[in-house]
Amino acid sequence: MADLASNLAGIKSPNPFWLASAPPTNSGYQVARAFEQGWGGAVWKTLGTPIVNVTSRFAGFNYREHRMVGMNNIELITDRPLEDNLREIAEVKKQFPDRAIIASLMEVCEQKPWHELVKRVQEVDIDGFELNFGCPHGMSERGMGAAVGQHPDLIERVAAYVKEVARVPVIVKLTPNVTDVRFSARGAARGGADAISLINTINSVMGVDLDTWNPIPHVDGKSSHGGYCGPAVKPIALNMVSDCARDPEVNIPISGIGGVETWRDAVEFLLLGATNVQVCTAVMHSGFRIVREMIDGLSDYLDSKGLRSVNELVGKSRNTITTWENLNLNYKIVAEIDQSRCIHCNKCYIACEDAAHQCIDRVRHGNNGAYDLVVDAEHCVGCNLCVMVCPVDCIDMVRVDSGVPAQSWKERSAAAVSTSG
Amino acid sequence: MADFPGKPIQKELSPLEVSIEANRCLYCYDAPCTNACPTHIDVPRFIAQIADGNLKGSARTILEANAMGASCARVCPVEHLCEGACVYNTESDTPIRIGDLQRYATDSAREGNVKIFTAGTPTGKRVAIVGGGPAGLAAARDLLRYGHAVTIFESHDRLGGLNTYGIVPFRLSTDVALWEAQQVVELGCEVRTNARVGENVAPATLVAEYDAVVLACGMGDVPKLGIPGEEHVWDALEFIERAKTTGAAPGLGNRVAVIGAGNTAIDALTCSKRLGAERVTMYYRRGEKQMSAYQFEYDFAKEEGIEFRFFCAPKRVLADAGAVVGLELVRTRGSNNGSPRLEIIEGSEFVEPCDTIISAIGQSRLLNSIDALGVEHDGGVVRVDDAMRTSRAGVFAAGDCIFAKGEREAMVVEAAQQGKLAAASVNEYLGSG
Ligand SMILES: Cc1cc2nc3c(=O)[nH]c(=O)nc-3n(C[C@H](O)[C@H](O)[C@H](O)COP(=O)(O)OP(=O)(O)OC[C@H]3O[C@@H](n4cnc5c(N)ncnc54)[C@H](O)[C@@H]3O)c2cc1C
Ligand SMILES: Cc1cc2nc3c(=O)[nH]c(=O)nc-3n(C[C@H](O)[C@H](O)[C@H](O)COP(=O)(O)O)c2cc1C
Ligand code: SF4
Ligand code: SF4
Ligand code: SF4
Repeated sequence: MADLASNLAGIKSPNPFWLASAPPTNSGYQVARAFEQGWGGAVWKTLGTPIVNVTSRFAGFNYREHRMVGMNNIELITDRPLEDNLREIAEVKKQFPDRAIIASLMEVCEQKPWHELVKRVQEVDIDGFELNFGCPHGMSERGMGAAVGQHPDLIERVAAYVKEVARVPVIVKLTPNVTDVRFSARGAARGGADAISLINTINSVMGVDLDTWNPIPHVDGKSSHGGYCGPAVKPIALNMVSDCARDPEVNIPISGIGGVETWRDAVEFLLLGATNVQVCTAVMHSGFRIVREMIDGLSDYLDSKGLRSVNELVGKSRNTITTWENLNLNYKIVAEIDQSRCIHCNKCYIACEDAAHQCIDRVRHGNNGAYDLVVDAEHCVGCNLCVMVCPVDCIDMVRVDSGVPAQSWKERSAAAVSTSG
Repeated sequence: MADFPGKPIQKELSPLEVSIEANRCLYCYDAPCTNACPTHIDVPRFIAQIADGNLKGSARTILEANAMGASCARVCPVEHLCEGACVYNTESDTPIRIGDLQRYATDSAREGNVKIFTAGTPTGKRVAIVGGGPAGLAAARDLLRYGHAVTIFESHDRLGGLNTYGIVPFRLSTDVALWEAQQVVELGCEVRTNARVGENVAPATLVAEYDAVVLACGMGDVPKLGIPGEEHVWDALEFIERAKTTGAAPGLGNRVAVIGAGNTAIDALTCSKRLGAERVTMYYRRGEKQMSAYQFEYDFAKEEGIEFRFFCAPKRVLADAGAVVGLELVRTRGSNNGSPRLEIIEGSEFVEPCDTIISAIGQSRLLNSIDALGVEHDGGVVRVDDAMRTSRAGVFAAGDCIFAKGEREAMVVEAAQQGKLAAASVNEYLGSG
C-alpha cells in the first residue's frame, strides 16, 4: 500500500486531506469527530476578535437534480471566545497527536495586534498558522481578510509581522478575487511565508427570489455579496493553483482548496502542483465520513499507478499547462461516433449544427426511418462539443495524422518573421 | 361523481419524481417521442417547461397540439407511442414517463383553473359538429380559436363521448373528461345535448344553416352476437356507461362472462371485477396472440384476477325464468400464428355457468347518422381524404367514424389529431369559400 503521508512546508499529516477553515472546524467536538473518520489535518475556523453572525448565512446553487453544485456564505470568522478555541485545540491535539492542527488567524493590519495574537495562539501545541487574507465579505469592510489579500504589499507586510514571532510554519491563504493571483502569492513569498493555500471563496450573489424579488439568501430583505465555493469553483481553483505552481517568483509549497469532493479532485490538484488539499463544502454536504472514500481511492490509485508515495504525484502535470502560443497548431483530432451505442437523441447533431461547424449529418439508410449520425471528418474542427453533449459517451475524438510536423503559434510567427526578414 | 370501487390505475408522480423524471429527459432534437405521438406534442419542450418551473407553459405546449391532452395522459397506450419511441429504451435505462409528466402538467392547469386559450376574432362563419366526443371537441376547440361560431350536436346529455361514459373510471375519471369539454365550452361553443342528428335534428337543417359540418359521431353499440338468448346479453358499452355514471351495476351477480378480446372487453372485465363479481372470465374465439387489447391491458386484467378462455365461441345463452344461468360455447380451432382461418369443432360444446353475460365484440357503425348526411362510406367507415374532407363539399369527418379496423384499436389521441386536422381543413375551406 502506498504511503499517503504528506508534508507541507514542514507540517506533517498522515494523509493529504485537510479540513479547510470553515464551519466543520468550528469546535473541538467537530474536529475530533473528523479525526476519528481519518482526516489528516484541520485548519481551525479563523480565530480573531470574535464577531457576531447573521442568520440566513448560506445558500446552495442547484443545477437540475444536483444540489449544492456550488454554495455561498456570508458567515464571518469564529464567533466563539479565543480561550475556548485554544483550550479545545489543545485537547484535540493531545488526543490526536499525529494529525495537523493549523490555526487560521485574522487581525487588523498592524504589527502589534498580529504579534499578540500569534504569541497567544502558539502557547498551545499547534502545527502551523494560516493567515486568512481571503474572507471576501464583512471582515474585508473592517480592513481585514480580502482587504489585505487584494494588496500584495499588505500581504507581504503582514506575513513578515507573523514570521517575526511564529515558531511554526506560516501559510498565507489567498483570495481569488484578484485579477492575477500570482501577485498575491509573490507578496506572500516575499514576506517569508512558508506556503500558500488557495482559493478562498469567490465573490458572488447567489440569486434573486422570483416571487419576492429578494436576494438569496436574504437577511430581512437584504443581502451582501457572499463567498462562492463547492464543486463549481474547482476549475477556477485549479487554474490559480497551476499559475502559482509554475511561477518562479512564488516557489513555495501550495495547499490546494476549492471544490475538492473526491480523491479524483485531490489528485488533479496534486498533479498541478499542490502538496495537499483542503475541503469545506463537500463536508458541509455529506459529513466527515467522505474522507474514508478519499483515502481508499487515493491509495488504490497510487497502487494502480505503481507509486509508493503520494508525494510522487505532486507537480507531475505542472508543465503540461503553458501559454496558448506554445500549443501545436498541427495537432488534429476529429469526432468519431460509435453507431452501435448511439441512441439517436440528435444532441450532437444540433450542437454541431447550431453552435459548431455543421459537420454532423443524419444519414438515412433503408426505408424504415433508421439513420446514422455521421461526422464529416474533413470539416470537423475537433472542438469536442459533440463529445460533451452526448449522453451515452459514444463519441470519441481520434487523432488524425496532419502530415506536418508540430508547430506552435510562436514558432510559426518566428518562422514568418525570419522568412520575410 | 359516483364513487367507484378500486384505485385509479395510474399513480400520480410525487413532486420529487416529477423533478427527477423531467430533468432526466435529454431534450432530444427532432425527438422520436414527438414523432411517435399522433398529435406531435413537442414532448422535450413540455418537459423542459416542467423542469424550468413554467407549468402553464407546459400545459399550453401539450394542449396546443392535443386538445385531449389531459385524457390522453391517462388513456394513451404510451408503450406503443411516445414512451415506446423514447431514446431511453435501452438495456440499462427506462423511457421517460412522458404520460405521467403530461398528466402532471395538465392536472396543474385543471386544478389551478388556468385559462390557456381564447377564441379568435369572429369570422361570422358557423360550423356544426355532429358528436361531442374527443374528435368533435378537438375540432370545435380549434375552430373557435380560428374565430368561427361552433355548435356541437350531441345525442347524450353530456359532452365527452367515450371519454365521459365509455372508458372505465379507474382509467379516466369523468371529471377529467368533463373538464376538457368545459375548456371548449368556455371558448363560446354552443352545445345542444340530447340532440341526435338524423333523429331530432334534421340533417338538412345542418347543411342549410351552417357553413360547414364536421361529422364526429364515433361508433355505435356492440353488434349482435346472433345467438339464441341474445336478449339476455348485456352490451359492454351500456354496462360501462351505467357503471361509470352510477358507480354500480345492479344484477351483475357473482359469475360474469365477457365475450371479446379488445380494450372494451378488458374494460368490461375489470369493471365487473371491481364491482364485486367473484369470477370474471373472458371468452375469445381466437388465441391469445390475436387479442386486439394491448399487452399492458392484458397484464392489468391478469393482475385484477380475470380468467381467460381462448378458442371458444358463444353458441347459446341458457336462461331460467328470465335469468341467465349459463353460456353454452363451442370449441374452435385456429392457428395461433395470426391466420384468420377459424374452424368450429363440431360436438365440442360445453356450458359455463354464469349470472351475467356481457358482449364486447366491437362497435357497430352508425349507418343512420352517416347516411343522414349523405356522405360516402365503406361499410360504415366514412371515406375521407388527407384533409378530412368527405365526399360531400363542406362536410368533414374525424374520429372513430373514419376508423377502419386495422392493426391497432381506435384511440382518443387519433380522434384528437383528426379533429385538429379537420378544423384546419374547415378553416381553409371557409377562408377560400
Ligand atoms: C370501452 C372502451 C375503452 C376504450 N379505451 C381506450 C383507451 O384506453 N385509450 C384510447 O386511446 N382509446 C380508448 N378507446 C377508444 C376511444 O374512446 C375512441 O377512439 C374515442 O373516444 C373516439 O372519439 P370520437 O369522438 O370519434 O367518438 P366518441 O367518443 O364515440 O364520441 C362520439 C360522440 O358522438 C355522439 N353521437 C353519435 N351519433 C350522433 C348523432 N347522430 N348526433 C349527435 N351526436 C351523436 C355520441 O353520443 C358521442 O358522444 C376506448 C373505447 C371504448 C369503447
Ligand atoms: C460557510 C463557510 C465559512 C467559511 N469560513 C472561512 C473562514 O472562517 N476562514 C477561511 O479561511 N475560510 C473560510 N471559508 C472558505 C473555505 O475554507 C474554503 O476556502 C472554500 O470554501 C473553498 O473550498 P470548498 O470548495 O471545499 O468549500 C468558509 C467557507 C464556507 C462555505
Ligand atoms: S468535434 Fe466539433 S466540429 Fe467536430 S463534429 Fe463534434 S461538434 Fe462538430
Ligand atoms: S449525442 Fe451521442 S447518442 Fe445522441 S445522437 Fe449523437 S452520437 Fe448518438
Ligand atoms: S425521446 Fe425521451 S429523452 Fe428524448 S426528448 Fe423524448 S422523452 Fe426526452
